[in-house]
Amino acid sequence: MSATSKGFASALSSGIPTRHARISGVGGYRPKRIVPNAEIVDRINSSDEWIRERSGIIERRWAGPDEGIIEMSAWAAEPALAMAGIEGSDIDAVVMATVSWPYQTPAAAPLLAEHFGSKAAAFDISAACAGYCHGIGLASDMVRTGRADNVLVVGVERLTDFTDKDDRGTAFIFGDGAGAAVVSASDTPGIGPTIWGSDGAQWDVISQRESWIDVHEKDLGWPTIGMAGQTVFRWAVWGMAPVAKRALEAAGISADQLDAFIPHQANVRIIDAMIKQLKLPEDIPVARDIAYTGNTSAASIPLAMERMIRHEEIPRGGLALQIGFGAGLAYAAQVVVIP
Amino acid sequence: MASEQEILEGLADIVNEETGIDQGDVQADKSFTDDLDIDSLSMMTIVVNAEEKFGVRIPDDEVKNLKTVGDAVAFIQKSQA
Repeated sequence: MSATSKGFASALSSGIPTRHARISGVGGYRPKRIVPNAEIVDRINSSDEWIRERSGIIERRWAGPDEGIIEMSAWAAEPALAMAGIEGSDIDAVVMATVSWPYQTPAAAPLLAEHFGSKAAAFDISAACAGYCHGIGLASDMVRTGRADNVLVVGVERLTDFTDKDDRGTAFIFGDGAGAAVVSASDTPGIGPTIWGSDGAQWDVISQRESWIDVHEKDLGWPTIGMAGQTVFRWAVWGMAPVAKRALEAAGISADQLDAFIPHQANVRIIDAMIKQLKLPEDIPVARDIAYTGNTSAASIPLAMERMIRHEEIPRGGLALQIGFGAGLAYAAQVVVIP
Repeated sequence: MASEQEILEGLADIVNEETGIDQGDVQADKSFTDDLDIDSLSMMTIVVNAEEKFGVRIPDDEVKNLKTVGDAVAFIQKSQA
């Protein structure tokens, strides 16, 4: 005999109205130590010119021992909370995007919540360079459905902990840092629909080279992140430009209505090629924070936005298209109102 | 189907657009890296544009085998056949 329902499913209430969400604050933390190309060229038999031509990177930041994942996240979150006009006790959820928190468990987010004296829901998401945009999408949905009034989203990396300093494909690219945003309830729409997806068939195109189990059982020392540059380039430019267009369409706006384009800071060559594919009008400011920050994975978009706001390159209240893409291969894009 | 000469000329246009290298310098015996100084990311742009222009598919794994302009012309011609 099969089990029979008591028939009360229709009585279930989700208890949540639908409303709007917006980014109410943004902040960033850049490690103190500036590492120019000259400091890394010897180990990869390269030159300042070679690195600039292939990536647009002039320098990056490397985190020191006192600049851990939680510390950098907190220093990025503080100005974001201040801009949003809220305190730690106002946070209803903490979402952290990172691939370089060195504990398999627990997640980093509860520790960050604790730092702010909060016992709110707190969890990490693993979507690599797309993690921040995943977080903004999730936070928007949480706020819109009434699950939370204020969500702290942090993208943070100490990629140098997982970088092979002798690898010509990655050693000059990766950097460290943290970027944060607060997503809050809003009377008007402030975050467009998130266009996201993945391609697990290409899981090994950007990945930790060995599993933790192999590292342990085969005595491999310490794992680093490898990347197939050409394959990533093709996917990022010709695969992601249509995703960016879909995010614009979903938001109901055209490219010429944008006030900023803030793609993941993977490589200036990817950014330039993407602009060409998107046929982005020339007057729209484009984030190029990578020149001074390197590729900080999940942190790159909020760091870039923070710099553009601070330098008054983009108008508060204007529209920005942001798109994250990376290991997975995972991607997420949305149009947001600049806080 | 394009002739060998037509593919070479079409490829020369693509290389010129991506790198500014004169079409006349894009000859079959020239190495993309050693002679034309084309880096891996420009090479990928050339590959994608060639795929579009000639209606062929050049897998990522194949790109490393296209050492000279002639290698690329031959691969495109074979793929079109």
